[in-house]
Amino acid sequence: MDYEDFKDNETLELLKKSGGNILLSTIDNIINWGRSNSIWPLTFATSCCGIEMMAAGAPRHDFARFGVEVYRASPRQADVIVVAGTIVYKMAPVLKRLYDQMPDPKYVIAMGACAISGGPFYYNSYSVVRGVDQIIPVDVFIPGCPPRPEALIYGILQLQRKIKSEHNLSKSPKLPV
Amino acid sequence: MDQAALKQHFEEILPGLTFPENKQYPEVIVPVDKLRAFCDHLKNSQELLFDYLMCLTAVDWNDHFMVVYHLSSTIYHHTVVVKTRIGNRENPAVDTLSDIWKTAEFHEREVYDLFGISFINHPDMKRLFLEDDYGFPLRKDFTDESRMIVK
Amino acid sequence: MQDEVVKNIILGEDDNYIINVGPQHPSTHGVLRFEVSLQGETIKKVIPHCGYIHRGIEKMSERLTYPQIIHLTDRMDYLSAHMNNEAVCLCVEKALEVEVPERVLYIRTILNELNRIASHQLWWCAMGMDLGALTTFFYGLRDREKILDIFEESFGTRLIQSVNTPGGLMQDIHPGFQKRITEFIKYFRKKLPEYDQLLTGNVIFRERTEGIAIMTREDAVQYGVTGPSGRASGLSCDIRKIAPYGAYPRVSFKEVLRTEGDTLARYKVRIEEMYESMKILEQLTDNIPLGDYTAKMKAVIRLPAGEFYQRVETARGELGVYIVSDGNKTPYRIKFRAPNFSNLFVISKLAVGYKIADLIAISGSLDLVIPDIDR
Repeated sequence: MDYEDFKDNETLELLKKSGGNILLSTIDNIINWGRSNSIWPLTFATSCCGIEMMAAGAPRHDFARFGVEVYRASPRQADVIVVAGTIVYKMAPVLKRLYDQMPDPKYVIAMGACAISGGPFYYNSYSVVRGVDQIIPVDVFIPGCPPRPEALIYGILQLQRKIKSEHNLSKSPKLPV
Repeated sequence: MDQAALKQHFEEILPGLTFPENKQYPEVIVPVDKLRAFCDHLKNSQELLFDYLMCLTAVDWNDHFMVVYHLSSTIYHHTVVVKTRIGNRENPAVDTLSDIWKTAEFHEREVYDLFGISFINHPDMKRLFLEDDYGFPLRKDFTDESRMIVK
Repeated sequence: MQDEVVKNIILGEDDNYIINVGPQHPSTHGVLRFEVSLQGETIKKVIPHCGYIHRGIEKMSERLTYPQIIHLTDRMDYLSAHMNNEAVCLCVEKALEVEVPERVLYIRTILNELNRIASHQLWWCAMGMDLGALTTFFYGLRDREKILDIFEESFGTRLIQSVNTPGGLMQDIHPGFQKRITEFIKYFRKKLPEYDQLLTGNVIFRERTEGIAIMTREDAVQYGVTGPSGRASGLSCDIRKIAPYGAYPRVSFKEVLRTEGDTLARYKVRIEEMYESMKILEQLTDNIPLGDYTAKMKAVIRLPAGEFYQRVETARGELGVYIVSDGNKTPYRIKFRAPNFSNLFVISKLAVGYKIADLIAISGSLDLVIPDIDR
């Protein structure tokens, strides 16, 4: 996709700014290129968004062409956790434990309205966590109920751009608060 | 068996029941202490054979609870609704039917979880969906300021 | 309370080893936890723990109007979303004694059957994947996309349509609807025997499913197991035949029954049901009558005081909707008798004595969708 077709380029520019050593930032670029082009997710689907996540891996909207090659069953081997579906209070400690078991560097994508803010269950429900970012830090939010598989692929592309702008060895910019 | 024949049969086995009129399926309200014997007869009697418990639920009517059983027969295809009224709000209890219909074991656990109605002699009276010390959400006087955003 | 259960199992035999399957596990189709007590590899006891996706839909519905409840019922058993919607609509229409136009009956039944084929395709793909055959994942989802295309062209969304409303439909179908269904049926009739042969002709699949976990008819009635799992044990429980609704009285189709009751029988019932669904679609698609797509309803729907029960056949069993109304525009109590809730607990009887690998085959053949258990 072209740079102009993406939304929210301003945040990306802020993340990219750095002043630094040419050697360290080249090594950084190589590390980031390797990490972003091979993101392997954990199989974690609680409700309806899980079906659209499976459909995104299916032959029509194949997302293995973006590096998401296989789904790993164990959190110890996964890079990203795509929280697809509603999280309730009984499930929240389980999610936190899964996130803690993932090794660094790890990323989180909140897929669907339920994971962003509770979704259709925001009002009058006694057991839904209003947004998964109350439990774990989220990198990319994908709205929709359920979001189309194309939206999930767009979310993964945004995550790839975010990873490419990370600073592992060189100095990170001071972001305006 | 049609509605009138069922009503007559029930009157014969247990006099003194109430029959609400004008409902979708034939209904009968049974007192709490006679419920088990009545249901046993419904399942085992050869003319009735109500062997399939479709739905077990409870309704909170502010001063009493009503436990509702929808029963059907897989042989004769007739349906009946059995209700029983529990007046006690602090400690509601009713006999379990889990040895008559096995599926009642899990529906009763759900009713206990959501309403607080306990079932006497149930093999495994534990909550199903929620934590052990949570209140009973489907009661009409239930509020939870920390977890519910009411609109 | 949990400790007492554990103690009972441990004190009983000293070889027992307790493992936990789930809640996050690639083959439990959702978040469900099995606590399995094993002796070597043989299962001694299985206890399912649900509640990891209990969202409180019944309590929420007490503050929503009837057209709003329909959008929540979609998300209960999302693979037969249209049939869930139809259950609530039929209950409301029965209470208000509203006659819907003929066109609505035909379109609702056509959407039901398309949904059933899509749901059984996803079941086939998941069952193959659970047993290790990744090929079925790709083939099954490829054909499911064709049905989702038909939905998307008419209604805009793929998985969850919410197109039903009390009185009819929210919008009319696209003019190309009938042509696309006919093309799909022609395509799918060639493919389905191929897919069936892929698994049924495979020695490993047959060894893993033949004779495993036999459910007798008596078990099915006692545990309230309906749908294809019940019909594989000889229990005739198809609501489309017992208490027909919609356009079902006008079509002729066979109720698929088998008597063996094992995992392979449950598999075969679903494959044959896909053939029957295509037969129903062929009878209905070319004859959709013209007319209105909705009956005239008031702006605010108030049900008369009373209690109403409606039974509907979803892809997994019998869904019952029980509405207690006191005359307002929101229900006093609404209860969903979910088919998966009753289908789940029969596992604690079926799996005893088999190996741990068979547990996955059994739960795959019962076709559970977990948000329907917890609502």
